[in-house]
Amino acid sequence: MTNTTAKDLPRTSSCYARSAIEGTNSLREMDLNGKLNIRGDASEQKFVDGMSQVLEMDLPISANSVNERGSQRLYCLGPDEWFLHCNLKSTDSLAQNLREKLAGVHCAVTEVSDYYTVLRLSGPDAEGLLRRGTPLDLHHGVFKHDHTAQTRFGHASILLHKLAEGEAWDIQVRWTYAEYLWDYLVSAMRSL
Amino acid sequence: MLLIECPWCGLRDQTEFHCHGEAHITRPLDPDSLSDEEWGSYVFFRNNPKGLHYERWEHSHGCRRWFNAARDTVTDHVYATYKPGVAKPEIES
Ligand SMILES: [Zn+2]
Repeated sequence: MTNTTAKDLPRTSSCYARSAIEGTNSLREMDLNGKLNIRGDASEQKFVDGMSQVLEMDLPISANSVNERGSQRLYCLGPDEWFLHCNLKSTDSLAQNLREKLAGVHCAVTEVSDYYTVLRLSGPDAEGLLRRGTPLDLHHGVFKHDHTAQTRFGHASILLHKLAEGEAWDIQVRWTYAEYLWDYLVSAMRSL
Repeated sequence: MLLIECPWCGLRDQTEFHCHGEAHITRPLDPDSLSDEEWGSYVFFRNNPKGLHYERWEHSHGCRRWFNAARDTVTDHVYATYKPGVAKPEIES
């Protein structure tokens, strides 16, 4: 018997098989990527150094900020929590390298690739569509490009990221809530 | 709509938060030395003031961190929010 690793897992969110919506505004589910939840103490130098060496990028240290390098995105979720998006195939090796580098440091690296999925909403009405479900101030003067926030959309907790360019947003959600979020956004799009 | 300031995320809508009751309750260091009445009052009894109340809150739809808030139970006015471990701020209500 072989061990099942992240890269063997099927794409299993609850909105799997729903076709992407393409039009003035578009909505699609992104391909499954690698996701690591990382807990640690930003005031511990060994943790900060280990993280930035393995991931080859600076650690964002204020909640709701993100740093990017290639296909890697590192979100700072709170004072002691980070979330990494990476290439699905490199998830296991990154997790292993982090655990080795951070051996002896009080921290936790947890693979959660298939626990969440990411929907991408884009188009001129994207901001307005998001406002139907989130209480966050999304005005472009307040919530700028590359801003990110954990917040609420309807009843679902989400991680929202306004991408660096254009009117495009990535919405990470627990995959059990993906269908709910999808249907909510689709009905909002229909009523535009 | 009420805005509450999370010490880490800043001003957010009240629906992102949950309140978890009175703050600054210290667990007795030596429970064995307490009478049933003293233990009962630690476990079950809470202040229920009309006015200023110090409470534990959680940013459940955001960073999921716990913090404390000084809130008026009549007007819902939030005087201050502060990180756990920080002493109770003096509030003139
Ligand atoms: Zn927060």
